[in-house]
Amino acid sequence: MASSFLSNTTISFSCSLSSSPLPRLLPSISFSPIRFKPTPRRILTVRSKIREIFMPALSSTMTEGKIVSWVKSEGDMLSKGESVVVVESDKADMDVETFYDGILAAIVVGEGETAPVGAAIGILAETEDEIAEAKAKAASKSGTSTPAAPPPAPSSAPAPAPSKPTPGSAAAPVAEGPRKTVATPYAKKLAKQHKVDIESIVGTGLYGRIKPADIEAAAGIWPSRINARPDVVAEAKPAAPPKVTAAAAATFSSLPPPVPGSTVVPFTTMQAAVSKNMVESLSVPTFRVGYPVTTDALDALYEKVKPKGVTMTALLAKAAAMALVQHPVVNASCKDGKSFTYNGNINIAVAVAINGALITPVLQDADKLDLYLLSQKWKELVEKARAKQLQPQEYNSGTFTLSNLGMFGVDRFDAILPPGQGAIMAVGASKPTVVADADGFFSVKNKMLVNVTADHRIVYGADLAAFLQTFSKIVENPDSLTL
Amino acid sequence: MHSTLSLSQATTVPRSNYAFDSHSPSFALSKPINLRFCGLRREAFGFSNLTQSCSSRVRISSRGHSKKIVASAGNNGTPLKSFNYDLIIIGAGVGGHGAALHAVEKGLKTAIIEGDVVGGTCVNRGCVPSKALLAVSGRMRELQSEHHMKALGLQVSVAGYDRQGVADHANNLASKIRSNLTNSMKALGVDILTGVGTILGPQKVKYGKVGFPDSIVTAKDIIIATGSVPFVPKGIEVDGKTVITSDHALKLEFVPDWIAIVGSGYIGLEFSDVYTALGSEVTFIEALDQLMPGFDPEIGKLAQRVLINPRKIDYHTGVFATKITPARDRKPVIIELTDAKTKEPKDTLEVDAALIATGRAPFTNGLGLENINVVTQRGFVPVDERMRVIDANGNLVPHLYCIGDANGKMMLAHAASAQGISVVEQVTGRDHVLNHLSIPAACFTHPEISMVGLTEPQAREKGEKEGFEVGIAKTSFKANTKALAENEGEGLAKLIYRPDNGEILGVHIFGLHAADLIHEASNAIALGTRIQDIKFAVHAHPTLSEVLDELFKSAKVKAPASSSPVSEPVAV
Repeated sequence: MASSFLSNTTISFSCSLSSSPLPRLLPSISFSPIRFKPTPRRILTVRSKIREIFMPALSSTMTEGKIVSWVKSEGDMLSKGESVVVVESDKADMDVETFYDGILAAIVVGEGETAPVGAAIGILAETEDEIAEAKAKAASKSGTSTPAAPPPAPSSAPAPAPSKPTPGSAAAPVAEGPRKTVATPYAKKLAKQHKVDIESIVGTGLYGRIKPADIEAAAGIWPSRINARPDVVAEAKPAAPPKVTAAAAATFSSLPPPVPGSTVVPFTTMQAAVSKNMVESLSVPTFRVGYPVTTDALDALYEKVKPKGVTMTALLAKAAAMALVQHPVVNASCKDGKSFTYNGNINIAVAVAINGALITPVLQDADKLDLYLLSQKWKELVEKARAKQLQPQEYNSGTFTLSNLGMFGVDRFDAILPPGQGAIMAVGASKPTVVADADGFFSVKNKMLVNVTADHRIVYGADLAAFLQTFSKIVENPDSLTL
Repeated sequence: MHSTLSLSQATTVPRSNYAFDSHSPSFALSKPINLRFCGLRREAFGFSNLTQSCSSRVRISSRGHSKKIVASAGNNGTPLKSFNYDLIIIGAGVGGHGAALHAVEKGLKTAIIEGDVVGGTCVNRGCVPSKALLAVSGRMRELQSEHHMKALGLQVSVAGYDRQGVADHANNLASKIRSNLTNSMKALGVDILTGVGTILGPQKVKYGKVGFPDSIVTAKDIIIATGSVPFVPKGIEVDGKTVITSDHALKLEFVPDWIAIVGSGYIGLEFSDVYTALGSEVTFIEALDQLMPGFDPEIGKLAQRVLINPRKIDYHTGVFATKITPARDRKPVIIELTDAKTKEPKDTLEVDAALIATGRAPFTNGLGLENINVVTQRGFVPVDERMRVIDANGNLVPHLYCIGDANGKMMLAHAASAQGISVVEQVTGRDHVLNHLSIPAACFTHPEISMVGLTEPQAREKGEKEGFEVGIAKTSFKANTKALAENEGEGLAKLIYRPDNGEILGVHIFGLHAADLIHEASNAIALGTRIQDIKFAVHAHPTLSEVLDELFKSAKVKAPASSSPVSEPVAV
């Protein structure tokens, strides 16, 4: 930590000679060990001799800081290394020193006020002649610095009155005259956190007060109703007579009341995670391709290897992995909507229901392990999953997912693509089916319907069809699986 | 046991405040034994029904002692006079109870007068039921903290509570402690006289219930221990439903969505902990410029960072709540705020409920102070450092003492009890002055805050005046194994001391179980133990007490350790 300081000081000194960098502030830690990253910011000031004092980043998580007190006041001479201001971060209070000699020309952010990291909090002038200029600059600063430190709601200035009828606009948010905005403490906190202008919100709480939920709605953090949200905001914005907005908000927040006698069981952590993933999956454009696969040969092989502890799951995972080797795009994923991420390993996640939970233990490098090792691995994973001892690596490293409902007699189904993967395969039951061959002979073969859901941003129809064809060939000639 | 009692009585102790002295081995021996028996006795009588023979035996023995005392008093030169009692205590709160128990131990024939319920504020409307609510809030807080639970590997689905169940827990606890207190006094032979006590003149008290004839009793010494009631500033209309004091809040008749708490001292802070854990949002209204004005500034700041900022709490400082109107006619509670300096109206709040926690006012109504020419000061009974009551002319009123909230020296239950014990020591012939700087205080938030002695600014001021240097040592709970195992590493212990001689001036703790940890420091202050000596005391590992161990060890004391803190080292 100390060394990082030192290197920084030297850098900024050399800079100060050549160009005019901002006066970087050196926080001297007065309390517990706190690591902070000095972010080298280079914003050139208008004139070389008037410098802005910025809100420093005192910890990696700090986004804004509160000025506890100014050690120096306007007009004071500052010399290098002196404490100028005490800043309170999310972790501790720290004295902040300056690297520059000069005069504290103006304080932009006063004591008790808050400013985001990097915002100018004071202006430093090198000589007395420049103080006036610096002050002008400060005035413009404080004028333009918008939502940094909104005065605590309606308190401080009683003169300009809470109702501010802008001339010419009838769209005042509250048209009922001088009624002031009432927001609960948590609502105010949330508004600040999500940078929501509290004056623009119409409260739905008791006595028209603004509740935390109102802010959450306005900030767009309403995970359970992610779809309904944006429209409502659009509706609320035009804000003609306040009654309409209130009504809109009311319809929006009122789901039909629960049927009498119903019980509400909140999600467990795992169920919440499933819910979140499922909603997220809606943002991916997916399509599905189905393929019938003849399984007589596979069934015969299964009967042979079953005594050695091989399961159908392992056979299918192995077959899918071998097919994926030939079709790497199906094993790829699209992380940012702009590129393909080709995965170096073929990790087959297999969806299983264990004790009422849905979990996807991952068979890593399924293409490289032989069938017996794979079966053994799978057994271990299932045991661990039962004991809830799966490590994150063992359930979230999948590159392709296999979901099999065949054992229930399901003949076909459609799977949802898990976020972060390119494709998922849904396997139905293998059933005796009458087949007519090219010569017109009828025969009865075991057929299994396989349905793959894929991300169309990276996997196209032909890719998926080719992959399924390969998969089908491997299953129909399964000897390669045992190699 | 009784022989040790009389022994300790006979021993003269040169120093006050229980300072152990190697010259009086009998005292040093008997004292801890007495204390332990006292504790045991209280426990045993509190929980089991006494057999008749047992209680009568105790009574006989106490009578025997009272005779002895009268004789010894006669030796001291007081004219022999027959009183109904040796000691009458007006008020059966924690202070009166502590005094009564110690008086019996000292062989005094004792009566206690109570006009309301035994136990006083602490047991019925204060510390005790609030601890029940805080026990609930602590658990709720833990269960609701998904992050905390996850870090421990626990999964909990949404925690909920049943308001009536929580309220019953608080109420049951209060009645249990109340009956323990009553039984312990009855069992020892303390007469509990029911009715409002009024002082008629020197050594004379009348008491009686409304509508019944009064009785008059006399006693050699009288202790006033009438306590206090919640203080409600002018302009605030308390309706007991939406505008309430701690008396009402402890019944937890409803949990408002949004409650304003006027005053951010101990009471306000503890209730904010309870209400936010139960789902309320809280707005603090504080007349001073800073929240938690009574605390050491550094601790206060940390407490604010942990107990206020991340919770659903906001605050208005530097304002008075000049007018509070309860909710009625489909209107919320309306609070008018006035700037504390300019006295100009500043803001109006609309909330669901308001809790008035602006402190407590002494309760001395009907006490008959005018009969002995005593004038209260802001309601408090003026006393000297030995709790002797001072009359309007500045003279001591003989045989009259006042302890606890009624004298306003230190409005804490255990301070009242300590003052009561100190008075009993005096009336039984041992001069004793209580060192109030050794009395710890605690605020049972999550985590807790505790303190003893001076704050840093007070110590610095004293140091400047008396010309000594002030040293500060701090340790963090983050380095404590037990705290980390509990995943509760947030906390700070701060030691204020004299580097020249190692005297402990003050200790302030914010962190897990701070209220229990403070006693190592308060005992050290009470016994005059210096840092250079206590730092050699051993603490079990891993325990939270190591926070203090480390604190003492990190102090830089120039004085050497005393030659032999233990008189005879024991080899194992």
